[in-house]
Formats: sequence, structure tokens, C-alpha cells
Amino acid sequence: MAELAADQHVRYIVTVEKKKDSFESLVMEHIRLNGAYWGLTTLDLLHKLHAVGAAEVVDWIMSCYHPESGGFGGNVGHDPHVLYTLSAVQVLCLFDRLDVLDIDKVADYVAGLQNEDGSFSGDVWGEVDTRFSYIALCTLSLLHRLHKINMQKAVDFVVSCKNLDGGFGAMPGGESHAGQIFCCVGALAITGSLHHIDRDLLGWWLCERQCKDGGLNGRPEKLADVCYSWWVLSSLIMIDRVHWIDKEKLTKFILNCQDKETGGISDRPDNAVDIYHTYFGVAGLSLMEYPGVKPMDPAYALPLDVVNRIFLRK
Amino acid sequence: MHGRPRRPAKPEDEAASSAKAAKLRDLQAQVLQNHHSRTYTKEAIGLSFKLLEINPEAYTAWNYRKLAFQHNIKELYDPEAIRSAADDELRVVEVALRQNPKSYGAWYHRKWLLNQKLAPVDSKREFGLLDKLLKVDARNFHGWNYRRFLARFMGVPDEEELKYTMDKISDNFSNYSAWHNRSILLSNLLIQQSKGFESKQKIFSEEFELVTQALFTDPSDQSGWFYHLWLLAQTSTPDNPQLIASWPFNGAKLSSSLVKEKVEKSTLSSIWCHSLKERIVPIVLYFNEPVKGLNQSSVKLKSDLDFGKDIRWRALSVTDSGYSNCWATHLQIANEWSSSQQYSVDVSIPCSDDIVSRSGSTYNCPVHLTFAIELISDEAQDIDLFDKPVSWNRSESFQPHENHESMPFDLLKITSALVEEDSNWHFERLSEEIDLFRELPDDNSKFVKLTLARLLLACAAIKSRGRSLIERKRYCEEAMGYFSDLIRLDPSHKRYYEDERSLVLMDKLTCDMETFMKHCSVKVEPNLVPLNHVQLCSLSLTRIGFAERLIWVQVLDLGHNSLRSVEGLEALQQLVSLNISNNQISSFTALEPLTKIISLKVLDLSFNKIGAHSIDTTRYICSSPFSHKVEACEAFEECWKKSINVEEYWDAILFFETLKLAQLDIKGNAVASKEDFRTLVPMLIPSLKWLDAECAN
Repeated sequence: MAELAADQHVRYIVTVEKKKDSFESLVMEHIRLNGAYWGLTTLDLLHKLHAVGAAEVVDWIMSCYHPESGGFGGNVGHDPHVLYTLSAVQVLCLFDRLDVLDIDKVADYVAGLQNEDGSFSGDVWGEVDTRFSYIALCTLSLLHRLHKINMQKAVDFVVSCKNLDGGFGAMPGGESHAGQIFCCVGALAITGSLHHIDRDLLGWWLCERQCKDGGLNGRPEKLADVCYSWWVLSSLIMIDRVHWIDKEKLTKFILNCQDKETGGISDRPDNAVDIYHTYFGVAGLSLMEYPGVKPMDPAYALPLDVVNRIFLRK
Repeated sequence: MHGRPRRPAKPEDEAASSAKAAKLRDLQAQVLQNHHSRTYTKEAIGLSFKLLEINPEAYTAWNYRKLAFQHNIKELYDPEAIRSAADDELRVVEVALRQNPKSYGAWYHRKWLLNQKLAPVDSKREFGLLDKLLKVDARNFHGWNYRRFLARFMGVPDEEELKYTMDKISDNFSNYSAWHNRSILLSNLLIQQSKGFESKQKIFSEEFELVTQALFTDPSDQSGWFYHLWLLAQTSTPDNPQLIASWPFNGAKLSSSLVKEKVEKSTLSSIWCHSLKERIVPIVLYFNEPVKGLNQSSVKLKSDLDFGKDIRWRALSVTDSGYSNCWATHLQIANEWSSSQQYSVDVSIPCSDDIVSRSGSTYNCPVHLTFAIELISDEAQDIDLFDKPVSWNRSESFQPHENHESMPFDLLKITSALVEEDSNWHFERLSEEIDLFRELPDDNSKFVKLTLARLLLACAAIKSRGRSLIERKRYCEEAMGYFSDLIRLDPSHKRYYEDERSLVLMDKLTCDMETFMKHCSVKVEPNLVPLNHVQLCSLSLTRIGFAERLIWVQVLDLGHNSLRSVEGLEALQQLVSLNISNNQISSFTALEPLTKIISLKVLDLSFNKIGAHSIDTTRYICSSPFSHKVEACEAFEECWKKSINVEEYWDAILFFETLKLAQLDIKGNAVASKEDFRTLVPMLIPSLKWLDAECAN
């Protein structure tokens, strides 16, 4: 079987970070904080977080901070949004540097976006999505500030997005989608509310995402894509049904999506690589206990040792 | 980046790309600058349009446009001018969607604009846009989400939208999005009892026909099968919750003494109840579906013993959702009692609005149980059951039951036949479906086999009493055959089929007395009252099912199976000894159900996989600080003080601290070879006498 080209991936991540002027990088410029989370978490999973300067990264992250609102933008000069606030908090967790934050200010920003029905808006403009429910709960939990919101209502809203196939959509009535399922299962896991899930029903739907080529898709009758290795596997682990898929075939699929010369992983074999799929590929391998890759926590999307440190250290 | 081929960049591409990049960089910089300086001129707004045309995901540009729109609209009073301004925004969204039909920012901009309610919505334009989009990509979930938003916004009745799903399904059966929307709309219409949707049976019969047509057209397409499964679930859910088992069973006689002579000869069937020594009477009630609302008024207790005023029922499930199949109470005897006297306890559950299932139906099959308690003070001759380690020698000690009379099997079941006979419609509907799918040409379609297995099991579930149990076994056997086929046919999902088959096997082995008795015995130790013993070894079980049939068991041997989970065993509140050696248990968190069994004294976990995996698949099923069901500072305070490695052993700490074990076997697990773990165990379990057959201290 092909092997994980770990060194090439590390080199790819470190160099991609420096190529800020390509068209591809510019199109992604507004989500650079997400990119930092994907790249740095991958480095940590491969035991190479020290390849970057922690102080420099922390400084740059804080330059995306909006002190008046308490939220983070996707890059310097961009508006604050929970999507980037979570990434900022996660990266600071990787470096064990939550001390640079005004934790209550950041937590108040996130908590302030909870709506009357328990849902969360992504920012002041009011878009509602179960992605934002997960993000809010995950951020507040990492900051030990879940008491700032109405947890019961937050859970009730997520549950109201449950479908008859056992999955979850972006909003009540929305179609089940593996990415959205991860968010909802993650939100329920973090709040100790997984009993709202029919684990056999959802587990079967999720394990049927495995296609003939071994890869996982996000919805029925769609093509496989490396990113669902994370969304589907983490959800299956949280509900204790991950043994229902064929790990060997999936591992092969992910490894076949590597660019072994220049590093990086793509959505499907022989497609162009990017940092997003590199992260989801390596994270997927981590969840399948691939040798040499640090184990990952399926709910907080951070390495297990980081999460254990946050919740178990005195 | 999705679907872009990997190839080295050609020099001419690179030149074009860098020109494009320069233009984009300038645009982004200018738009951000205008945003920060709050410049809302026509020219500045035009630049944001150019940016979004290239990159519809630039969310700050959408925010800028909203601010600019709000700013400029303040000066407009002419409705036509307002309408035209709103129109401009709609057009920008359309251009952006042409570039990326899945742009979150673009779709939300449109919703936001409509929600401003500044201009009348042109419903033709909106639905026209959606028609075009869903024609290009019938599965675009942004489009479907917007359609649901629009239908609600414009007040389109559900019936009309249901017709639209029909149109989409007729275009192409393989449209999961349309089937999904259909399930949502139908559920709403049925709940609201809209005109033409009063009869669930009629609607579901029609839907079964519709989806079967699709399935026969293309049996390999997943969309229809998921819809069929939903229909099946709707057809086979019980109408009302029922009590299906209890402990103590009706007519049972419990004794506090282990010593044989103390128990009168006439009460051969009296059962030793360990907790009576501590003056605790456990009662377990098992329902056919999860219910909530058991309390002092919904469950009436009458006894000549005094149990105090505060009787609390506890849901026995790993997750405390409020709903559970299994409920328990542990009554504390409060009054003085005289030795060798019998006391009786009456339990009755009348029809009750308090006891409710998840679907909201209430309990309406009243039952009444009576059992007796014999309290014997034998402190003088107190026997220590664990003065030497218990062994699990299978070949010698296990004698299958020959005498059915001594087993309470028949009494275990709740037979107060007040329960309404099987709903005929359900059974007929299921039988029709079975006949239909048997006709489908055997093209080795896994979905055909899986659906047949599920239909058969739904039929089996209806056959729960008397002679129909023979039919139940037949259904089980046929379903097991399908699962074996599926394991061969679809090896990638092998372990799913194995898990399903394991449940069917448990059903088959325990559903009728004759088969079950082969696995039951009484464990007889000299001078001691017999213990009820069940042995289900080497059966390839991967998980436990039908635990309601085991709630009376005191000694359970599940060795040499492939169990990954012990969920279900929490219902066995009489269990004293459990053997799950040589299974596939991979973590302490997977054993959390055992922490609910207060009577458990002997546990054999040897030769499992505890500590062998870096990923714990029950980390979020159990209670932990990560899910905020355990407060770390309370749970680990003592361990921190003793410098125990909490980050490594948090799961072992939480598991062992709740058990009062006398004997533990854990050899043959990865974790057991760690020296610090072996010293930790006796610290965590002060009651422990035997660890891996050696003295624990």
C-alpha cells in the first residue's frame, strides 16, 4: 500500500503559507485564519508544529482580532465572524496560548450571537446555520464559558434540524449532509446530548457514504471526496459506529490522493492539492489510527493531547 | 478546490494567472479600504460588484454592500427608486450565483434583502431563478433551502410544494433532495391533519406504492431505499408504550439470605437478593420503547413494609435523556421488621398521562404485580461469597436446565393480555412489501436483501406471544440468512451486518423457553441458595439485544464473543458476576453501562482490547468533562492531590470509582501491562479482594 508522504506534506504546508500572491491564495485570502488552522493542525498531527514560529503566528492571529466586538476576521481588515473566531481559538489552543485572549470578551461576542430560538447567527448580519451552533458551542467550551449561553435552547435548536433519515441539515427542514451532520453531532457531543441521536439509523446513513472506490461522499449518489473522510469519520466515532466502514479501503483512497512529489492532498486522485484537503486527509488518517499520526479528538477537531490538556489538567 | 485536475502550470498560464491575481489583489484592497472609510459612492459600490463577480465568497464585500444599501436607501423616498436599488442587489446575487451556485454569502444576501421587506417580492422571478438552478443541479441544497425559505415567506401551502417534489421525482427518481423534502412536507401535513391527509394508513400506502415503483426502476439507486426505510419505520413503531418485563416478576419471592437452611423448603423458588442485606429492594420495569414520567403517582406501590415517602424512579440508560426503556427504583426499608416474616409488595401501573413515549403517546395498558420479601437476619452466619476468587470453569459447573418449573421464565413476561392485539394494518402492509420484494429479480442488490431483512424483523417484532413465537423464530432465521448473504455481498459494511445479525441472534436464542433454557442454569454452591446463571459464550455476538429477557440474571457469562459494547446490561440490576473475557471491548468508557449495576461484585474483563487503541469511540457516549457531564475539578480533585496521571487514566478513574467490585480480572489487555495502572486499580477500588486471581492487597 502507498505510504503517507509526511515530509512532503510538511514542506507543502510551510511553503504554501508563503505563496500569498498567487490567484488561488488571493481567492482564499478572506479565510486565511481557517487556512492557518488547517495547516497548523496538520503540522501538529505530523509532530511538526515547531516548524513554524509560535510567537509570529500568535501575533498575526491577534492582528485579525476586533477588540471592539471581541470577534476575529478571516484576515487582517476583514469583518469578524464566528467561523474565524473558532479557528483563532483552536490555533491558540494548539500553542497553549489562550492567555493572549481577553477570554470573557471573546466569549461574550460568541454568546451574544445566540438567538431567541437557541440558534446562532454567524455574525451581526444574522445568517443562521447549524454550523454556527457547533462553532459557538465548541468555542465557548474550549474557553470554559458555556455558562454564558442558554445551553438547553442551543441543543433544542440543533435537534429541531434532525431529519427522518437520522441526519441533520443546516436549518429546520434542510437536507442531511455529512458536513452539517458533523456540526450537529459535535454540538450534541460537546453538550452531553448525544441521546437525541438514533445512532443505528444515523450510523447506517453515514456508513453508506462509503463509495466503491473506498472514499466517502457527503450525500447519497454523490462522488467521494477526501474532505468527507473527516466529516463522516468523526461523526461515526462520536456515535460509536465507525467500525461499520472499511478503513483499509478508505486509507488507500486518501493515500492515493497525495501528491507525493510536491506534497499536499487533493479531493480525488490526480486532482490539484490544497491545504483544506491536506488537513482533512491527514485528520482522516489520524482518526483511523494511522501510524505516526497523532490521534485527534472527534468533537473539538484538535489533537487529543491538546483537548485532554484543556479539560483534564488541574 | 474541488474537481480541478493536478498538472504543472504552463508558462503562459502563469503569466495570465499573475495578471488576474494583480487585478484581484487591487480590487480586494480597494473594497476593504472603502469598507473601512465607509465610502458608499456609486463607483465604490461598483468595485465591490466587480470583486464579487470574481470571488463571490468574499464575505466582507457582501457586508459592505449591505451597509452601503442601508446607507443609500435612507435618502430614497420614491418606492420605484427603492425597488430599483433592491433590484440592483438581486442582480449582483444572480451574477455571483452564476460564478458559484453554492456561495453561502450570495444566497444569504438575497434572503437578507427579502427580509428587509422594502419592495414587493416578484415571486415569478424568485421561483424562476430556482427552477433554472435546480435544473442545472437538482441536488443543490442551497437552492432547496432557499426554496423552503421562499415557500414560507410567500405563504405557499405545503400541498403545492408536495406537488413540486412529485414533479422533480418524476423527472428523475434518483433525487434524494426531492425525496427528503417530500418526507418533511408529508410529516407536517400529517401532523396538521390537513384536508386529504387525515389517514396515515392511506397516505403511507400510497407512498409505499410510489417508492416501490422507483425502486423497481433502479434498485441500485440509494435515494428511494432511504425513503422506503423511513416509511417502514413509520409503519412499525408501536402505537402506545407497553410494559414488557419486570423484576421482581409477578409472584416472586425474594430472600435476604444466601444460606440454604435458612430458606424454607417450600420456597425453593425464592431468590437471593443481595441488596436486601442493606435493606434495599430494587424494582426494574422494562418498556417496549423509551418512555418518561415514572413517578410516585404513575407507579403505585403498596406494601406492609415502609419505604418512606421519597420514592424516586431512575432511568437506566447510559444517556440521561429523560426517556428510557428501562426504569429502576431502589426502595429503602425504613421500618423495623421481624426475622423470618414475609412481607408483600404490590406494584401497579394504571393508565397514565404521565408516562409518555418519545412520539407523545401515553401509557394505556394497566398492569399489576405482586412479590414477596423474606427478611432473615443471619449476621451470625454471614457468608462471604468472595472469600476465594470465583472461577468460570464452563465445562464442569454448567448444567443446562431440565426442569422448567424452577425457572421463572414464564413469569418474567408481562402477560396481562390487556395489550391490544397486533395492529392488522401494520402486519398486512409489511407482508405485502415482503411479497413484493421477493418478486424483485435477484440481481444481488444489497438493498433488496437489507430491506427484506428489515421487513422480516418488523414482522417478528409484532409476534410476541404464545404460539406466534414459532413464527417469530422463523422470521429471525430468514433475516439472519439475509444478513449472512449481505456480509458476502458487501464486505465493506460487514460489521454493520454483523451487528444487526447479533441482535437477531439474541432474539432467536431468548424468545422462546425451550431454546433459552439451553443457556440457563442455576449455579449451585454447597450450602448456598442457587444463583440464576446464563451462559451465552462463543456465539460471535457483537452486541447485546433484548436485555429485558435477562433482567433476572445473577451470573452472566458472555466470554469468547466479539462484543464491542455492553450497552443493555445496565438493566440487569441483580447481576453479581459478569464474564466478558475474550471479547473486543476497547476502552473503559465502553463499559460505562456497568457502572449502573450496583450489585456487581465480580467482573472478568481479561483478554480484551482495553488500552490498545488511540481513538476511543465511546469518548462522547460516556459521561466526561469533554461533554460537560462530569466536572473535572470535582471528579479528579483527589487524584490530582495524589499525583495520579489524570490525563492518561481519566476513563479508568471514572469507571472504577463507581463500582464496588470484590474481584477483577483484567490481564490480557494492553492497559494491564502498565505498572502504574496496576498500582492504581486497588487505590480506585478499595473493596477489591482479588485482582487477576491474586490478592489485591
